[in-house]
Amino acid sequence: MRHNNKSLIVLPAALLAAAAVTPAQAATLDDVKSSGEFTCGVSTGLTGFSSPDENGKWTGIDVEVCRAVAAAVLGDPEKVVFSPLTAKERFTALQSGEVDVLSRNTTWTATRDNSLGLNFTGVNFYDGQGFLVRKDLGVKSATELDGASVCVQSGTTTELNLADYFKSHDMQFQQVAFDTSDQSAQGFDSGRCDVLTSDSSQLAALRLQLADPEGVVILPERISKEPLGPVVRQGDDQWFNIVKWSLFAMLDAEELGVTSENVDEMRDNPPNPDVARLLGKDGNFGEQMGISNDWAYNIVKMVGNYGEVFERTVGMDSPMELERGINALWTEGGIQYAPPVR
Amino acid sequence: MLRPSTTLPRRGRGPLWRNPAIRALIVQAVLFLALAFFVGYLVHNTLVNLEARGIHTGFGFLEGRAGFAIPQTLIEYTSDSTYGKTFVIGLLNTLLVSALGIVAATIIGFLVGIARLSPNWLLARLATIYVEAFRNIPLLVQILFWYYAVLRALPSPRQSLSLFDAFFFNVRGMVMPDPQPLEGFSATPWALLIAIAAAILFGLFAKRRQANTGQALPVYWIGTAIIIGLPLIVFLATGLPLEWVIPEMTGFNFRGGINILPELLALWLALSIYTAAFIAEIVRSGILSVSHGQTEAARSLSLPEAITLRKIVIPQAMRVIVPQMTSQYLNLIKNSSLATAIGYPDLVAVFAGTTLNQTGQAIEIIAMTMAVYLVISLTVSFLMNLYNARTLLKER
Repeated sequence: MRHNNKSLIVLPAALLAAAAVTPAQAATLDDVKSSGEFTCGVSTGLTGFSSPDENGKWTGIDVEVCRAVAAAVLGDPEKVVFSPLTAKERFTALQSGEVDVLSRNTTWTATRDNSLGLNFTGVNFYDGQGFLVRKDLGVKSATELDGASVCVQSGTTTELNLADYFKSHDMQFQQVAFDTSDQSAQGFDSGRCDVLTSDSSQLAALRLQLADPEGVVILPERISKEPLGPVVRQGDDQWFNIVKWSLFAMLDAEELGVTSENVDEMRDNPPNPDVARLLGKDGNFGEQMGISNDWAYNIVKMVGNYGEVFERTVGMDSPMELERGINALWTEGGIQYAPPVR
Repeated sequence: MLRPSTTLPRRGRGPLWRNPAIRALIVQAVLFLALAFFVGYLVHNTLVNLEARGIHTGFGFLEGRAGFAIPQTLIEYTSDSTYGKTFVIGLLNTLLVSALGIVAATIIGFLVGIARLSPNWLLARLATIYVEAFRNIPLLVQILFWYYAVLRALPSPRQSLSLFDAFFFNVRGMVMPDPQPLEGFSATPWALLIAIAAAILFGLFAKRRQANTGQALPVYWIGTAIIIGLPLIVFLATGLPLEWVIPEMTGFNFRGGINILPELLALWLALSIYTAAFIAEIVRSGILSVSHGQTEAARSLSLPEAITLRKIVIPQAMRVIVPQMTSQYLNLIKNSSLATAIGYPDLVAVFAGTTLNQTGQAIEIIAMTMAVYLVISLTVSFLMNLYNARTLLKER
């Protein structure tokens, strides 16, 4: 009894001491280096962006960003643990530290950048919201959709754009919101909705899952800007820079003509000073970020440049067969543009 | 002989901690302080960490414009309404499906529970199969079954199954005529209120008359006649002041009429049928708990079977049934949050789902959602306890 009394008095004192310790900002890079891997939040399965193939290996343009970061930091693109997240779960997972990078077709918006404690590191895919309908409805434009039922994934910017678009065009609609994009595609397929809406690239992917992919059409309107990119937590600038520059390195490599095929040759005999700096022959650009100087070499060698990744995952070499469009480099008429390595 | 006072601790003597009463008080006070401090520490730590991570906190977000649509709203809502309004909409949708579910589950449960005790072999076996099948399949699976396997198999709106060309069933749910009150309609609800009051008064009168003279009046039949008859007469006398808006197929969907979402139907069916299986067992156990001697005594007084059931068996069975029914009702309300699996816009799907995701205020929203379920459940529990206190065995 006496012993118990003592321990009860000691407890508050211990708590007081614990409260005095303010939580330190974790250096993600140190944690990643010591554990030898990091966790990347991806979608629960979206063809072209992040989905597991028949062998369980994750593929897609968002997945390749995670691999590029792993190649830059750890020298091995396979040292990534992929964590599939729904649209609703994604930000909480990143905020709480469950994932270190969120690369999950996530739209860069003011609210997300400013009030959620998150930082967008760049744009790996410029997208816009579109509508998908059955061909036999004979609809040619989104302005003819008055009164339609629309399937949408809940907790997305898509849901907000949808309400804004119909309101500004003075049209009625009935929303049917599901947790995953798979469910919304299934809802469209079963006739629960007349229209399926999402980012147009997602529509191209979801179309492949429908019972009759040839019987549907994506309407010409793009009703929103959807810049999709990787996200990290605020308060760790070093990690923020690494993820940001991993993406830039892929873009710069494409611009400089460095591919996974010719990267060794390019490093041994750099054709110009830009290539020499990018591939670590000149300067210490990797060390400035706290990683090795052959960071960009590793990315291009092990993952590829932006153009290679695009064609392999969503472009002409993939089932989605998307055009580069505005995702072409600025030198090719698109808007993909990365700051120089110097 | 020992005097009692010598065995008690003497007050005012020796140090305080020798006194067990004071010692117990000190221990409890210290424990309480430690607990309060611990909770305070958790709250403080959370706030510090949120601040450090640049995450905004507070309930100011409730004033912001929601910007998204909700398919089923019992009160006026547009995408220009506030996030606070989405909370109310979600809450009302939860209450709607819970109330519908509780009514249906109670009716089905009572019928099945009584059927299980029926001397009819086939009826009793069917009721047993019902109970065993539905209470042993997980609720989520049942919801998905009704939604995907049953309601998704219905035809498209253009090929709707129709009933009297006024009710339409299709893959987008059920559309039915919408009654629009015209001038003079307000007399009918008043007539209904008056009729209900009259029926209650008549019931009291009949009870007193029976107590005084021993003569029973057919209270149920006369009461029902008053409640249905009076409003009907008023409704006819004021010249049928009700216009039915018949749904019409235009463009993509039906226009006009009331649309009942398939998500609501699926959730309602699954919740009612699942919970009814448990209620049936509770009803059966309640009826079996009434000793057979009671029934025999009633028979020996030559009371009819119906009176025996209504006046002897059920009132006594209710004492066993009511407390267990409370838990089933609470389960049903909490289970309605599975709505999110099929996209029914309940509190969890709308507020703890979409609103949470659009604002990122996870801690505030989850706390509000948990508080709501707690309040609803405690209220139901309180009401059922009141009813239970009334039906308890009265010791005289």
